[in-house]
Amino acid sequence: MLEVRNLSIAFKTNTGLKSAVRNIDFTIRPGEILGLVGESGSGKTITSLGVMGLLPPNAVVTGGEVLVDGIDILKLPPAELRKLRGSHIAMIFQDPIASLDPIFTCGDQIIEAILLHDPIGRANARRKARDLLEKVLIPDPDRAMRAYPHELSGGQCQRIMIAMAVACRPRIIIADEPTTALDVTVQKQVLDLLRELNGEVGAAILLITHDLGVIYEVADRVVVMYAGDKMEEATTADLFAAPRNDYSRALIDSMPSLGRDAERLPVIERDSSGKVRSVRPEPRPRPASSGPIPAAGDRPLLEIRDLCKSYWVKPSPLAMPVEMRAVDRVSLSIAPRTTLGLVGESGCGKSTLSRAVIRLYKPDSGQIFFKGKDIAGLSEKEMRPFRREIAMVFQNPYGSLNPRQTVAQIVEAPMVIFADGDASKRQGRIRSLLEAVGLPATAAQKYPHEFSGGQRQRIAIARALALNPSLVICDEAVSALDVSVQAQVLNLLKDLQAEFDLTYLFISHDLSVVEHVSDTVAVMQKGRIVEYGPAAEIFGNPKEPYTRILLDAVPTVGSLRGGKEGA
Amino acid sequence: MNASIGALLLAARKLLTALVQLLVVATLIFSVMYIMPGDPVLLLLGADSNPSPEAIASMRSQLGLDQPVVSQYFVWLWNALHLDFGKSLTNGYPVANYVMQNLPRTLELAFAAIVIATLIGVPLGIAAALKRGSMRDTVLTSLATIGISVPVYIMGTLLVLFFSLKLGWLPASGYTDISRNALEHFRKLALPALALGFGLAASIARMTRSSMLEILGRDFVRALRAKGMSERRIIWQHVLRNAAIPIVTIIGLQLGNLMGGTVLVEAMFNWPGLSTLLVGAVSARNYPLVQGAMLAIAAAFILINLVVELLYSLLDPRIRRKRS
Repeated sequence: MLEVRNLSIAFKTNTGLKSAVRNIDFTIRPGEILGLVGESGSGKTITSLGVMGLLPPNAVVTGGEVLVDGIDILKLPPAELRKLRGSHIAMIFQDPIASLDPIFTCGDQIIEAILLHDPIGRANARRKARDLLEKVLIPDPDRAMRAYPHELSGGQCQRIMIAMAVACRPRIIIADEPTTALDVTVQKQVLDLLRELNGEVGAAILLITHDLGVIYEVADRVVVMYAGDKMEEATTADLFAAPRNDYSRALIDSMPSLGRDAERLPVIERDSSGKVRSVRPEPRPRPASSGPIPAAGDRPLLEIRDLCKSYWVKPSPLAMPVEMRAVDRVSLSIAPRTTLGLVGESGCGKSTLSRAVIRLYKPDSGQIFFKGKDIAGLSEKEMRPFRREIAMVFQNPYGSLNPRQTVAQIVEAPMVIFADGDASKRQGRIRSLLEAVGLPATAAQKYPHEFSGGQRQRIAIARALALNPSLVICDEAVSALDVSVQAQVLNLLKDLQAEFDLTYLFISHDLSVVEHVSDTVAVMQKGRIVEYGPAAEIFGNPKEPYTRILLDAVPTVGSLRGGKEGA
Repeated sequence: MNASIGALLLAARKLLTALVQLLVVATLIFSVMYIMPGDPVLLLLGADSNPSPEAIASMRSQLGLDQPVVSQYFVWLWNALHLDFGKSLTNGYPVANYVMQNLPRTLELAFAAIVIATLIGVPLGIAAALKRGSMRDTVLTSLATIGISVPVYIMGTLLVLFFSLKLGWLPASGYTDISRNALEHFRKLALPALALGFGLAASIARMTRSSMLEILGRDFVRALRAKGMSERRIIWQHVLRNAAIPIVTIIGLQLGNLMGGTVLVEAMFNWPGLSTLLVGAVSARNYPLVQGAMLAIAAAFILINLVVELLYSLLDPRIRRKRS
């Protein structure tokens, strides 16, 4: 049993202690799963590290108790605490491949974990490790024992981590975003496994996540955190049925959810008194300067026919390279001013497809008609006029903006490259672009690190729009953002589409987001489009088994599809 | 596929690459000597003595220089393959003898220096990394910076001043063959090796520190702590092994550079190594000797790099077998 009482944690800074977590209280009983949910910066991870006694050197516990079966572990000497870790309290991390030492086999690492707390001898430990791998339902346990982490998939590595965590039958398991890095179908398997195993081990599980869907699927009770404070604690059913706290309600509202179509997503706002509330912003009216809405032609803006792109990979140093078809005879078309959502799991080829469309890769065969002209075989020089027309927004707003350039320079860059207008004209354009994406004019002279993730993605969008493109490719453009920020950016994308007559190719692994933004949807699996059609049809009446598997795997709030009774 | 076969194959491929590298270097050495100004024949006959055209022609054919360049090249390559680098132009001794005599001395000096540098640098780097941002880290890092920036001849002079002139413990310079007096041999090796080693230790320490810090920040280290492993075991069993690749790389590179980089120290301490031989041969325009010495240095460099690359795959299974 884990009891956290009035836990407060602060960071040491040059100007003194800066409070990160204030007076957190919760109790987890054996066999119970407590979900700890919140956005980035809410203090949920720092709380979990505090419970493990693994705070970074610049953080200190300023008050409270962490009782593990009645013993306050904050008062234990380091050596005693270390003995509890792994045996009494185990942890599962977000990125399973990175959480395993790359130069030892998975088997050795499980054996090591067993022997650390249970000196039963190497041979016995090996047998136990293999049994554990069978228990976590890893395919081919003998191979997994011999394999190095990079030779296994993310889902398999997370099973190894779970095997290690339950090896010593811990009383408490802390799972920090255990499925965030995994594909949706794998996520479901891992969550099911965690819940099943816990029926047997009977540990108290603290499940930390930003994903309300995951909470809804597996947690018994939920603690909602915001900016270091506990907002609400409730049973899962109560929280989703009737959230008492304003923030909890706003958080639940702002999440796009399968089968709950809404033109606008509510966003979280703080009013002048600092109170949090949920607001559903009205769509921005189309400005008069944009002119009349162009007549809908029957010609698609982008039409892809039988596109193929292969990589040659060597399975081993000895073997001949084999062909890996990343994009396999893909045909798609997007009408002007509509959004095509492209969904699929990692490695299905959706990013390769988008990079072929923007001609970062030369496709092996097939055609890409853009405004009626085939651009698949154009030379770099012939391609240049089309480059103005196609823009891209990337997943990671931290990596895709040059940290040494001001926002003005970043947004101006495409105009400079294409020698678009003179300096004063460009400055005017930068101002209007920043306004269009909802950033203050003062932002122009600042650097990317001065902005939050959502604001940075707005900068990236402003840059994409600099040359008035007709097609914008959004490659997982909202995947790195918090739910409430994601809602803001999705609303913005919709506004901009109406305002600038944009066509989107929207790539995402998140089916709820795709359902929210898309007019048509293409489902991709192993390089092929397995299902393609209007969004309502695909989500309402999926025909392909793979689409159904994907949809079933999505944790959904407030719908029977999630399979959780009593909600 | 069997992992050990994969590893062997990787090794075979690396070996093949090394051989190709050696061939390219040999060709370069040959052509550089061919393009260089100055006629070895005139030099050999003595340009001041105004040799007769017949004498020049006969010397030319004696040296094989009247043959077409291509056939000269292949003859040279064929001979080099049999460790025959021709004869010294000054006294007619086989170049191979010189090289065989001096190469081991340079190798010995270089290895001694790198061992010293590793023994000093790696522990210092670990010590600095474990106390990042502390006084100890600052002092060690500054010492390393100073160590890198002190030129080897200043370091050498200081060592001689201290250990031989002031304390009188070690001889200031010279060389004694190991077969004649082993103790004296190593006493004379000590100062040049230390002079070289100190500077190298500094860069090894810095690389060890940054590599360790990088690994210490990885997720799996946090996961190991969460498993309840002691900090000492995490460092020695996991972090250090993961951090080893850049460290081994820099040690290997430095060892390679030492093949031609001992020249100042050899001169300063009268150590009759390959660099000394090369410098003498260049100023005397003793072309076969220059070619032989350069080829020996290049071969040693390539061999060391080969060993380092093979070490990588021992250290990191991701290099050993790429199956995904």
